[in-house]
Amino acid sequence: MRHLLSINDLTVQQAHEILTTAYELDRVSDGQIKKLPTLRGRTIVNLFFEDSTRTRISFESAAKRLSADVINFSAKGSSVSKGESLKDTAQTLQAMGADGVIIRHNASGAAQRLADSGWISASVINAGDGTHEHPTQALLDSYTIARNFERENYDLSGLTIGIVGDILHSRVARSNVLLLRKLGASVILIAPPTLIPVGAESWGATISYSFDDVIENLDVVMTLRIQHERMSNFFFPSLQEYSRGYGLDDSRLSRMKASAVIMHPGPMNRGVEISSSAADSNQSLVLRQVTNGVFVRMAVLYHLLGGPQSATQSEMGI
Amino acid sequence: MGILIKSASVLGTNVADIRIKDGIVTEVGSLTSQTGEEVIEAAGLVLLPGLVDLHTHVREPGREDAETIETASHAAAKGGYTALSPMANTHPVADTAGVVEQVARLGAATSRVDLFPIGAVTKGLAGEQLSEIGAMADSSARVRIFSDDGKCVFDPLVMRRALEYVKRFDGIVAQHAQEPRLTEGAQMNEGTVSAELGLTGWPAIAEESIIARDILIAEHVGSRLHICHLTTAGGVELVRWAKSRGVKVTAEVTPHHLLLTDELARGYDAVYKVNPPLRSHSDVLALRAGLIDGTIDIVATDHAPHPEEDKDCEWQAAAFGMLGLETALGVVVKALFEGSATIDWKLIADRMSVRPAHIAGYEAHGQAIEVGASAHLILVDPKATTTVDRTKMASKSKNTPYDAMALPTQITHTIYGGAVVMTNGTVL
Repeated sequence: MRHLLSINDLTVQQAHEILTTAYELDRVSDGQIKKLPTLRGRTIVNLFFEDSTRTRISFESAAKRLSADVINFSAKGSSVSKGESLKDTAQTLQAMGADGVIIRHNASGAAQRLADSGWISASVINAGDGTHEHPTQALLDSYTIARNFERENYDLSGLTIGIVGDILHSRVARSNVLLLRKLGASVILIAPPTLIPVGAESWGATISYSFDDVIENLDVVMTLRIQHERMSNFFFPSLQEYSRGYGLDDSRLSRMKASAVIMHPGPMNRGVEISSSAADSNQSLVLRQVTNGVFVRMAVLYHLLGGPQSATQSEMGI
Repeated sequence: MGILIKSASVLGTNVADIRIKDGIVTEVGSLTSQTGEEVIEAAGLVLLPGLVDLHTHVREPGREDAETIETASHAAAKGGYTALSPMANTHPVADTAGVVEQVARLGAATSRVDLFPIGAVTKGLAGEQLSEIGAMADSSARVRIFSDDGKCVFDPLVMRRALEYVKRFDGIVAQHAQEPRLTEGAQMNEGTVSAELGLTGWPAIAEESIIARDILIAEHVGSRLHICHLTTAGGVELVRWAKSRGVKVTAEVTPHHLLLTDELARGYDAVYKVNPPLRSHSDVLALRAGLIDGTIDIVATDHAPHPEEDKDCEWQAAAFGMLGLETALGVVVKALFEGSATIDWKLIADRMSVRPAHIAGYEAHGQAIEVGASAHLILVDPKATTTVDRTKMASKSKNTPYDAMALPTQITHTIYGGAVVMTNGTVL
């Protein structure tokens, strides 16, 4: 495996391997060892064209725990804001000797262009591209679900996961549908019709316009952040109306299965897509997601850059 | 000094010799060569009228880094075209008599084929105020087609007035049908592929709603409406319905919409980014059927050159458009006749030369190949194939979606005004 651009790049076997490695790292960290020497001498660039402090520090923390050198390249205050193209930025990083590039970009497909265009030879990890995918978020979500429901082999069959909110603009939703389906879970997409993309019927998920109709069947309620600016394009009339129909409020919280859990990729709009009591309840896995994110990203970096068959290493003749 | 074409298969049917002198076909029959006459041995080759394009972006004036009139005309000669119609979206926009005359003058000076400028419908393509349509029509460029192509004339009142206004000189308004509000930020066809790729959809209804509206306006005011680059099955149905009602509507389809689908957007290679976008396979089939049954009148290239930096980038940041002139014939033959025992050359000549010339009033083009006809002709080897090589385009740009594809047929000669301007891929 050279790059991680989309969940489609992963076989079930490869997904299992990453999640298994994440578990190994998780266990190691329960002891005292905080830092592993795996990626010593390798340079990893966090190339962020969009602000995302959470994702960036999660990757940075993962890379540092594997002893990699980390360069943070943020579009703000860099030459990108002066109109430099993605190609030139990428080639600059290449010239500086980056072994891995973690890219967050507002254009769907930017990670794939970076990987396929011949601009650079580094491994590329997609940390969110436009409204396309966010594969490490899906991996950490599946890892969190598997740990919670004690699915040692990462087989999620029999579980029903509801993804609630702005499916149309959500890269988290796209990656999660692909991975959860791969791992055997049933997925229900829950949103007003305006926020379900035309063509989503082909995703292999059930579509529901009513949160109330399905909430009692869900093992996992995965709420998505709603962007306030969606109102201006008539996706829904008001945040209040959205919240009434699709927010995980206290009454819906009380109707969830006792064994069901709540997830959110963050940052949360408390009182809009999720109430404070839901976010802070003992059914919430939100902080587990953050912790697991580091292990899963360490596992991804390990498989792309640290393994014996790493493309970069063999290319460099090491 | 004339040309004798020996043993050509005229429109793929009867074999004849054709004598050309002073830009005119002077004899057709069984002929022997005369002293000083250039003889083209054309046994096995098909003779067609030179192709006519009603939709070309030549980029000059303003974007000479992408294409010039001269390089576009080389691409045309290579692709068998003897007449081009430069679209108005240049810099400055062709919205005054001055600009269209400049384009026509540059054409006369540098083009290897005929060039008939299209004028803008509205000033600066802004869709708000009519451009000086009458002045362009009366200018030495004699503009007859008006289009804001690249932008839609979205205001129904502006469209109505433009359609009415061009009646004075039997003009035509060519509409780029794209409802702007339904396509804000649109990147590709809206459907299962856009849903997966997370690219903003350009729904078929945004095209069809404008086509439907304009058909109704054209019927009401009795004007000639031309629909640019039709891409959807629903659009074909609307045009079929309009024609059955006797509305004076004509329509074009591009070679790429006859062959390629939105599946190609997977991979985010912006060479496949075009406006209107590549659609689904069922749309492609409907377009082919529409072109064959005559609902769609003509093929037009929408030749849209772009420099490398406008394509070698993120999909969202890339320019819309692809090259078309050099590959049009091969792509159309492939789309319509791949797997068939024979190629219907009469149909090809009709849709790519005769009808476009007729719609636009290019009288010297698309003529029947008989004594007295203007010698704008091409010879095609129907058995050969041409492999596209993006590094060897006659166009100044390289944004062809057909790189490395083997296309059927090979254009061996392009004859413009009685002179060979291209032979076997070399522009003379």
